[in-house]
Amino acid sequence: MSGPDGAQPLLRVRNLRKFFPIVKGVFSRTVGHVRAVDDVGFDVHEGETLGLVGESGCGKTTTSRCILRAMAPTSGEMLYRRRDGSTVDLAPLSRRELRPLRAEIQMIFQDPFGSLNPRMTLFDNVGEPLLVNGMSNRGERMDRVAELLRLVGLRPEFMHRFPHAFSGGQRQRIGIARALSTNPRLVVADEPVSALDVSVQAQVLNLLLELQQRLRLTFLFVAHDLSVVRHISDRVAVMYVGQIVELAPTKSIFERPLHPYTAALLKAVPVADPRVPAGDVLLKGEVPSPASPPAGCYFNPRCPFADERCRREAPVLRELATGHSVRCHHAERLQLAVPQERIDPAGRSG
Amino acid sequence: MTGGPLLSVRGLKVVFGLDEGSVRAVDGVSFDVMPGQVVGIVGESGCGKSVTTKAMLQLVDSPGRIAAGEMLFRRAGGDAVDLARLDPRGREIREIRGAEIALIPQEPMASFSPVHTVGEQIVEAIRLHARQWRPEGGAVSRADARAIVVDLFRDVGISMPEQRLDSYSWQLSGGLRQRAMIAMALSCKPRLLIADEPTTAIDVTTQAQVLALLRDLQKRHGTAIVFITHDLGVIAQMASHVVVMYLGRVMEEGPVDAIFHAPRHPYTRALLRSMPGMRGETRVALPTISGTLPHPFNRPAGCPFHPRCEEAIAGRCQARVPVLRPVGGGQSASCFLHHDEAEAT
Amino acid sequence: MAGAAAEMSAAEERISVASNWTLVWWRFRKHKLALASAAVLAVLYAIVLCPDFFSTQDPERTDARQAFIPIQSIHFLDDGKWAPWVPAAVGKRNPVTLRMEWGTDPARKIRIGFFVDGPEYRFLGLVRAKVRLVGPLDPEQRIFLLGSDRMGRDQWSRIMHGTQTSMTIGLVAVTLSVVLGIVLGGISGYFGGWIDQVIQRLIEILQSVPTIPIWLALSAALPRDWTPTQVFFAITVILSLIGWTTLGREVRGRFLALREEDFVLAAELAGCSRWRIIVRHMVPTFLSHIIATSSLAIPVMIINETSLSFLGLGIRPPAISWGVLLQEAQNIQTLALAPWLLLPGLLVIVAVLAFNLVGDGLRDASDPYSK
Repeated sequence: MSGPDGAQPLLRVRNLRKFFPIVKGVFSRTVGHVRAVDDVGFDVHEGETLGLVGESGCGKTTTSRCILRAMAPTSGEMLYRRRDGSTVDLAPLSRRELRPLRAEIQMIFQDPFGSLNPRMTLFDNVGEPLLVNGMSNRGERMDRVAELLRLVGLRPEFMHRFPHAFSGGQRQRIGIARALSTNPRLVVADEPVSALDVSVQAQVLNLLLELQQRLRLTFLFVAHDLSVVRHISDRVAVMYVGQIVELAPTKSIFERPLHPYTAALLKAVPVADPRVPAGDVLLKGEVPSPASPPAGCYFNPRCPFADERCRREAPVLRELATGHSVRCHHAERLQLAVPQERIDPAGRSG
Repeated sequence: MTGGPLLSVRGLKVVFGLDEGSVRAVDGVSFDVMPGQVVGIVGESGCGKSVTTKAMLQLVDSPGRIAAGEMLFRRAGGDAVDLARLDPRGREIREIRGAEIALIPQEPMASFSPVHTVGEQIVEAIRLHARQWRPEGGAVSRADARAIVVDLFRDVGISMPEQRLDSYSWQLSGGLRQRAMIAMALSCKPRLLIADEPTTAIDVTTQAQVLALLRDLQKRHGTAIVFITHDLGVIAQMASHVVVMYLGRVMEEGPVDAIFHAPRHPYTRALLRSMPGMRGETRVALPTISGTLPHPFNRPAGCPFHPRCEEAIAGRCQARVPVLRPVGGGQSASCFLHHDEAEAT
Repeated sequence: MAGAAAEMSAAEERISVASNWTLVWWRFRKHKLALASAAVLAVLYAIVLCPDFFSTQDPERTDARQAFIPIQSIHFLDDGKWAPWVPAAVGKRNPVTLRMEWGTDPARKIRIGFFVDGPEYRFLGLVRAKVRLVGPLDPEQRIFLLGSDRMGRDQWSRIMHGTQTSMTIGLVAVTLSVVLGIVLGGISGYFGGWIDQVIQRLIEILQSVPTIPIWLALSAALPRDWTPTQVFFAITVILSLIGWTTLGREVRGRFLALREEDFVLAAELAGCSRWRIIVRHMVPTFLSHIIATSSLAIPVMIINETSLSFLGLGIRPPAISWGVLLQEAQNIQTLALAPWLLLPGLLVIVAVLAFNLVGDGLRDASDPYSK
């Protein structure tokens, strides 16, 4: 399937930074910066799903928007391998230079109610990327839209209806159909199931898995729900205050996390089994503001293992085991095993 | 206090009269809340869980109204009152709101006034329900109320309580706001707390803190909690008794362990199976509930779940509506697989 | 899977293929008052299209001997038979005041008919026609359904023509304002930056200038030798140059909000050009709201024009508008003698009310989330 076995990654992000200026006063002076994305780097291999997880303010959404070039990053590179094999850095491209690449990188949105133009029919919504990318023949577009709707499990006749006639789950499918219309290679899914009910979530997740298989898609899956990320990702990157603190294959992250924040995050997730007691609340305090992160390791004020070095010196993201990187001075020494009953696949209820 | 339930809901029906037709948002819901118990109400959108709790406080807005049923609440003095019959603007419900039944709403930002400090709002609540703090009678002075609020804030884990008292809600982070909301809910010593998706809008680590806080407060004060959520993990951690709702009816209810480890109703079973947990195989297709939620105007005849149920009995499940009946193990289910009692037509 | 979606009822099916405008219309239909007001406006704009059809004669025809004739009411039956007539006006000069006093002679009836031929006119300035809605059977006769003014001109016909002018100015001025507002407000909101700053300052300056003195100055600056038509257009332009600012601000706000919407981002990610995004995605989203707001701006324009003309600074005679007509009713004496000259004021009220009710109905109908 996927893996760093010699094949060039589809996307290589290096030293990505996105700072938003804080402007005050009548003359709009810049008094500081919100360091939304603060030196983020990772590879995305073709055909894999990379999960980007973290709490609010961690920068995962901003990272995904930078990759999509919905905004320009402050600095850093985003090396994307095109269909013809050539590599291009997305970061400095102008609007015009980006246009031919738009068809290859698409997005699935979080809010099923805001992501479709309510005044346009399904045909218009799903078919617009086709129209804008050169498919001017209406009949051709109708065929393709019908094919796409069938692909996501909706009836082709629906293309004449308007979004308001559909439920949240169905609208999300329509959004997926639109994202796939131009045969993209990289799809950024920004919390695609967060706004859906549990039973509908399962349907949409299944759909995404199936489509990935069929169409050889590569997903960057941004979410805050750890169980969803676990279910769908091959590898997971955990973000905190604009930085990646741990990056590893899914199984490793969830069974043997190496970063204290990851461990705390995992302990905090309530397990749907009353026999598993609630984890101790390891984390005190609040997430620091990205406008004024702490000195040294950003996590040190809340970390139970922080010492003087952590307060002075910011750790770098380093690879500890194959494919497993951590941003922590003490990662080798910490015993952060997650309680066994939380990961034991000893049969689910029902 | 006698051993009976604190709140007993029987056959509650709430109907919304819209232009296009009437919607039975709550269609015959019954459950009990014992003193000091945490009852979790779980269900997906459209199941009526929020409307049920609004009805408990007579907060159902027009075009909705309570069409049938009763909600017997045992007041502090011992006498029982039917909340369904109270005048929404009357004195009695206003006495009950805040002082005996308090609400922790979903969106703390929307529930705090942006032009008053959080301290002012809680002080107002305390002084309104002075009797909770001064059972012998007499008012609570501003200064006394402030002191109470400072203690409350400390109790719910808000650091620097004296300064936070004078903050506005929008100056506080999500977690702090929710704690302030909990403090406000507890300020008049209610015996029943209704928490309507209190952790949906906050991060998982903050959620863990808030849930731990609620568990702790519940133990210390003996408050009963009705906990509404769609998150089965939160229910498993918080509730001792679970009520599963679908399309305005109770599908199943029972002790939390039984619901999770021996669910009887096909809907509960399907719901539990369709969740990606923190365990189990990854990247495989999840078992899903077929079909979609019916349109509110297109309610299925008979059992509301039957069109999507894999175990539906042909001829029976679409003809009659099953009622909630005990099926052993302390559980009750509305399902013809387990009993034969149907609603009178 | 989702193919097993429950079959929709026929009603749901209709709703699902209903475009936004259809939904707005369905919601609007439910407001009976708004619907009735829309009917009133339809009648008024029918008059705008062809005032001559609705008039009984040439509004400029003067006859000093027929000044201040009171309203000649229509009687539909004559001896129980359908034979509409108006009583002829019989005048007698009062020897003391030297004023004509009018009474009616029950014996003298002027027969009238509907859809009769009257003096020739040009429909829309092109087609010759003669037929009028109501008029005397004998074309030599003159009838004064709403009385006559001090120069013996028929008020009814003058009011019809005045309607054309006043209602048109209102509509045209608002349309110009809307266009200016959308363009400038849109540029301001979509592009932001210094363009936004400049346009916003311009709006603020225009809004802080007291309007009445500006209007007075601008219309006083109009050359006295311009034809009424030129004055008409000039007044319209003046009114809209000041009136676009509120709308411009609102449009800007909408654009700013819409820029953040997911479907706009989706369109950008699909590769849509800026122009396409504005025209295809952003404008349609708030157009119904803008129309609703504009319909509330029209009565303001009408009143503005009426006031300006009433003060002699807007439309000037011989052009006719409600304001010009009301000029005739400016002094107490005239009012005491001929109170029917105030009727154009009634029409202003009716038009303004109708626009307000329609505007309210439209606004409620186009904003489904307002409930």
